[in-house]
Amino acid sequence: MATSLPEPATSPPRLPFLVRMNLIPRAWQRGTREGMIENRPLLTFVSHLALVIGVAIVAFPIYITFVASSLAPDEVLQSPMPMLPGSHLIENYRQVISQGTTSANVASAPVGRMMWNSLVTALLIACGKIAISLLSAFAIVYFRFRFRALAFWMIFVTLMLPVEVRILPTYKVVSDLNMLDTYAGLTIPLIASATATFLFRQFFLTIPDELAEAARIDGAGPLRFFWDVVVPLSRPNIAALFVILFIYGWNQYLWPLLVTTDESMYTTVIGIKRMIAGGEAATEWNLVMATAMLAMLPPALVVLLMQKWFVKGLVDSEK
Amino acid sequence: MAIEKRARFQSSWLPYALIMPQLLITLVFFFWPAGQALYQSLLVQDAFGARTEFVWFENFVTLFHDENYLSSFKVTAIFSLLVAGIGLAVSLVLAAFADRVFRAATAYKTLLIVPYAVAPAIAAVLWLFLFNPTLGILAHWMHGWGVDWDPLLNGTHALIMVVIAAVWKQISYNFLFFLAGLQSIPKSLIEAAAIDGAGPVKRFATIVFPLLSPTTFFLLVVNIIYAFIETFAIIDAATSGGPSKATEILVYKIYADGFKGLDLGGSAAQSVVLMAILILLTVIQFRYVERKVQY
Repeated sequence: MATSLPEPATSPPRLPFLVRMNLIPRAWQRGTREGMIENRPLLTFVSHLALVIGVAIVAFPIYITFVASSLAPDEVLQSPMPMLPGSHLIENYRQVISQGTTSANVASAPVGRMMWNSLVTALLIACGKIAISLLSAFAIVYFRFRFRALAFWMIFVTLMLPVEVRILPTYKVVSDLNMLDTYAGLTIPLIASATATFLFRQFFLTIPDELAEAARIDGAGPLRFFWDVVVPLSRPNIAALFVILFIYGWNQYLWPLLVTTDESMYTTVIGIKRMIAGGEAATEWNLVMATAMLAMLPPALVVLLMQKWFVKGLVDSEK
Repeated sequence: MAIEKRARFQSSWLPYALIMPQLLITLVFFFWPAGQALYQSLLVQDAFGARTEFVWFENFVTLFHDENYLSSFKVTAIFSLLVAGIGLAVSLVLAAFADRVFRAATAYKTLLIVPYAVAPAIAAVLWLFLFNPTLGILAHWMHGWGVDWDPLLNGTHALIMVVIAAVWKQISYNFLFFLAGLQSIPKSLIEAAAIDGAGPVKRFATIVFPLLSPTTFFLLVVNIIYAFIETFAIIDAATSGGPSKATEILVYKIYADGFKGLDLGGSAAQSVVLMAILILLTVIQFRYVERKVQY
């Protein structure tokens, strides 16, 4: 497996900050340290106590959401609501997935449809970003061409300005291009970001020059080298980035809120927002909470099942 | 690491073709809109778009004389300091303990990273439900303790609610970076201090925490940017900036004024100010984190 940086040769504290941060995946895998410094049973007990309390507080909202999603409509409106799961779990989930809710007196689209939209959006954003970033990083690292520095800086500047601060004009561009309520409009404007390009550039710089030279001597062109050497070597980075970008895409809020007006194009996150928009009385909280569970499930699974890649991606993509 | 490659390929057209997709998207969806925002910020337009007038910096002058805008600055400052401060403190404590234990360490870590996967808007809905004054379980307990809890009407309560939701969502991230920072501290230093008789608290205060300062500073900037920008979804889903603008942070005001109030010039001017703040924060992050905070 190729790692993004060579083993640290000098003592760790002297390495530049971000290089040290890159050591996280290994520190993470190591899990615990070899041997404790001293044995203090009381402190160990306090540590576990604090962690258990911390985990309990962090998990509490998710547990309550799960419980609420398994209750009957009148049970969830009790104060206080039951603290143990009820008997309507399957019924509630079946209803939201196939029919949606009628919260706020407006029938929503089936959540199954919304989850499909979220999935398409997340996959398009993740794959799109990775694809265009691989190509542009390859051009920047392996070629000299006019305006190279300019192109690099143009991409770099996008790091600083997320869509939230330029919403209106971006919305206008997408609307002028007739891309409202389309998957293209949902995803393409979010694909333009420098993080992935930067990450791949850093990684390509660590690929030994000898590989490119050998490829050239063997008569392989740049595209052949890209496909047969660079992409396979980048696999760990691609996997790590994919986890981060999938979550990023799935959890998008402001952008889908603006560009989707058609129910059938809502993503799950937007669907929930619309369900609670009607205010207090009309909200069917048990069904909203079932939808919330469904909205959390795919990204949570991705994080948990691909934990190693997730941690690597988080650290690498941090500029 | 080498900044330039020795081995290169030659082609008169290929590099342009390779970089074209990204540049095209960047130009159309980034530079063009950002330019529009800059230009808009110098215009005054009536709500129907019928009449437009070029007014130089009048929008900015109006902005900084606007009570609402200044109070939004204040809300943003309080909000982001609370989110960053509480988020860092809680995560550091958890990471310091997690760094100590052997048993169940993986289980703790796994559970603590789950909130990262939750969308900010969903986090807002979760906490909104817990704090809902009529059926929320936390609100119920607080009423039991005699607190007249109602984030839908009380501005302070609303702010507390969105701060908690924002911190909860960010704990995973801070925790992971702190834990990694702690694990990269050479164990020999800690051992030497232990041999010299320094207890765990003293070791943490005089060795671990100072050695952790680059991580802390890095996380501080990241958290402030997070509180400035990414909490938009939390604010919109939980409070919509209310009650009576008590949780209207800058990024939310851009949206509210532009999309709901249709004050295009004012909203664009706010965008420009926020862009400037963000650029400043990013530059600080790059400059200081890499160079100044060293040990």
